[in-house]
Amino acid sequence: MSMKGKAYIVGAYEHPLRKAPDKSVAQLHAEVAKGAIEDAGLTKDDIDGYFCAGDAPGANAFSMANYMNLKLRHFDTTDCGGSSYLVHVGHAAAAIAAGKCNVALITLAGRPNSEGSSGTQVRERGAYLPDAPYEIPYGPVTVNLYAMVAMRHMYEYGTTSEQLAWVKVAASHHAQHNPNAMLKNVVTVEEVLNSPMISDPLHRLDCCVVSDGGGALIVARPEIAQQLKRPKVKIIGVGEALKHQMGGKIDLSYSGARWSGKRAFEEAGVKPSDMKYASIYDSFTITVIMQLEDLGFCKKGEGGKFVSDGNLISGTGKLPFNTDGGGLCNNHPANRGGMTKVIEAVRQLRGEAHPKVQVKNCDLALAHGTGGSLGHRHGSSTVIMERE
Amino acid sequence: MRDTAMNPGDQEYFDAAAAGKLMLGKCGGCGEHHHYPRALCPFCFSDKVQLAPAKGTGEIYSYSVSRRAGPVVYCIAYVKLDEGVTMLTNIVDCDLDTVKIGQKVRVTFKKTEGGVAMPVFTPA
Repeated sequence: MSMKGKAYIVGAYEHPLRKAPDKSVAQLHAEVAKGAIEDAGLTKDDIDGYFCAGDAPGANAFSMANYMNLKLRHFDTTDCGGSSYLVHVGHAAAAIAAGKCNVALITLAGRPNSEGSSGTQVRERGAYLPDAPYEIPYGPVTVNLYAMVAMRHMYEYGTTSEQLAWVKVAASHHAQHNPNAMLKNVVTVEEVLNSPMISDPLHRLDCCVVSDGGGALIVARPEIAQQLKRPKVKIIGVGEALKHQMGGKIDLSYSGARWSGKRAFEEAGVKPSDMKYASIYDSFTITVIMQLEDLGFCKKGEGGKFVSDGNLISGTGKLPFNTDGGGLCNNHPANRGGMTKVIEAVRQLRGEAHPKVQVKNCDLALAHGTGGSLGHRHGSSTVIMERE
Repeated sequence: MRDTAMNPGDQEYFDAAAAGKLMLGKCGGCGEHHHYPRALCPFCFSDKVQLAPAKGTGEIYSYSVSRRAGPVVYCIAYVKLDEGVTMLTNIVDCDLDTVKIGQKVRVTFKKTEGGVAMPVFTPA
């Protein structure tokens, strides 16, 4: 069954804080839930479906459903890292289409900034992981795994550090207009290249911020969306994919976006060139280049050329991206950037982005997430939306 | 190198590493090599898998010199072994600024802090 038109995003809310030392993770989840519910013009009692991921205390729905005292007919705690919330949008649409719930709440929150989290720490992600004994001693961290993808991309396609830097430059042009952004200064390619090298070839400014806070979405049945007095954001295509190491036949040259994007575009019946705006997961500059290729905005290997010379900058470039400043400059709460990708796409479709970055007649938009690591195992999720 | 917990079934690989041998999963059903070692073949799902010695040679598929992840600069890498399987590892015992994709490497072994031998690679 196609998901096209089966559900609408009726509420979207991003927590204004980027450092929240005095709020618990549960409080942040509840605050963003409230913000999204109020944005939708609904009440907490309207929620009958709840979606959360590994950032929710307990890594399941028990704690937050309890904290918020939700009465649920449907819940789903699919976790694929930062892309979880885009998968949740797709799963919410499917649940609504199947009649399993009417109003779905999706929340994300965390405090890695206050807790001193860094992309250069080895993270043991849970008990009994079969790959851990064969990986952990080698010191895999978030940054160096993405860095290996960048190194390979440079080797196979001639992508340059300057091209990577353009992704950050574009995001910074947008972030300057966002009062809540963590990094508000416009940067140049030179400044990116002069920032400290973290793991070859990724400099500090090739890496996203570490921020507290979070966000939430409300996905609802069409009949409920029609009643609300907000511009309507219709879900027209969703896709998800999981890419891993394939028994040892590793290929770092592409991501799961190749599959999730294809599925979403087919369902929506539109093409990449139809998109007026794209939120592209920006954990690192290389992540963006990889996804733009895999989603079909440009040919494989030409992502570096595509992002150069400000092509991602709203108003002047061909594909306005991450107009809130993205994870690279604004917010990457709980080290999971997928929620904020959807939120900015919703703002753009509603005409509620900052006037300096608002795309004219933004009626078709895409949001994409890459969660986990391009360097070993990741989830990819694509959501295509239309303003109605 | 840091230590981590083993699972049942891992010991044979690391006992071989302690004896200076790099092993690869090999399937008695479909004949494919695989890595990481699995109890069921990741290609045909047969349970007729065992560890077989690898030649220990390969080339660098990708790498990154980690300059700010801890006190010591180190090089994480993926090495594509001659058997056609790619494994995560470190490049050691060379000037890390000379490491290149495509470089031919051979296996050697270094111990974790807890004394577990790990296959690592050095220029051949």
